[in-house]
Amino acid sequence: MEHAVSLDDARLVKALRARDERVFEELMRMYNASLLRVALIYVPSRAVAEDVVQETWIGVLNGIDRFEARSSLKTWIFRILTNIAKTRGQREGRTVPFSALERPEAVPEAAVDADRFRAADHERWPGHWSSKPEPWPEERLLAAETRAVVERAIEDLPPAQRAAISLRDVEGWSSEETRNALGVSETNQRVLLHRARSKVRQALEDYLKETR
Amino acid sequence: MSASIEQLSCQELVELVTSYLEGALPPGEHASFEHHIAGCTGCHEYLRQMRQTIELTGQLTPADISPDAEQKLRAAFRDWQAT
Repeated sequence: MEHAVSLDDARLVKALRARDERVFEELMRMYNASLLRVALIYVPSRAVAEDVVQETWIGVLNGIDRFEARSSLKTWIFRILTNIAKTRGQREGRTVPFSALERPEAVPEAAVDADRFRAADHERWPGHWSSKPEPWPEERLLAAETRAVVERAIEDLPPAQRAAISLRDVEGWSSEETRNALGVSETNQRVLLHRARSKVRQALEDYLKETR
Repeated sequence: MSASIEQLSCQELVELVTSYLEGALPPGEHASFEHHIAGCTGCHEYLRQMRQTIELTGQLTPADISPDAEQKLRAAFRDWQAT
């Protein structure tokens, strides 16, 4: 359940209506990275996504006097973004595959390659690890290079998965905040997140295994 | 007598990890998951790696918009402020 009006929202809305630039800066700091991630689901390039973020804030400023707090301020801002991004994406000739957000499970994707497991008809251990995960060396996990591997793995994800992991795990948003911002069901949010995390884990495993 | 716990294979378990961490598994599946983890070193390690992955991801700095775009936004705000 989303509380329509939080104290924090009331403060932000009031200050924004009073044209308080510091609050605008605060909102940009809070949301720009996420707005960019979500815009990139619908538009083909970072430059266009930045345009969309710009238009979103203009829409927010022009609409703030009419904001009725039926949803949280955050959800309202992301709804404005999504509308602008969709229109812009269509104009740019980019269509988001319906399944990417609405039915991600329509295109199956394994968290771990099937060849890591024994066959389903193995007489003793069907579907059990044939090559099981080995512990990662702690000291290498903490290295800056390892963080760069994570960053690259996230960049390589399909846009909807990238947005899901960015909001949940980079920004630390709740599943509800994330699914509201993405405009997806709870289940689909989880599917996107699962696929994203699974691929990042795989990238880490590949990296930590190959260079010792 | 306790109900028998449905057996999960490792290949099935790895697909349930996010639901497990989200607390979204139905009670029966949750029990199967924990039962499996307790006896399988591979899956135990896999779950740990997923947690480590989440933790590392949490240490990244969010990719922000370009300074140029940010400047444009400030200018747009001041235009609006003046209206």
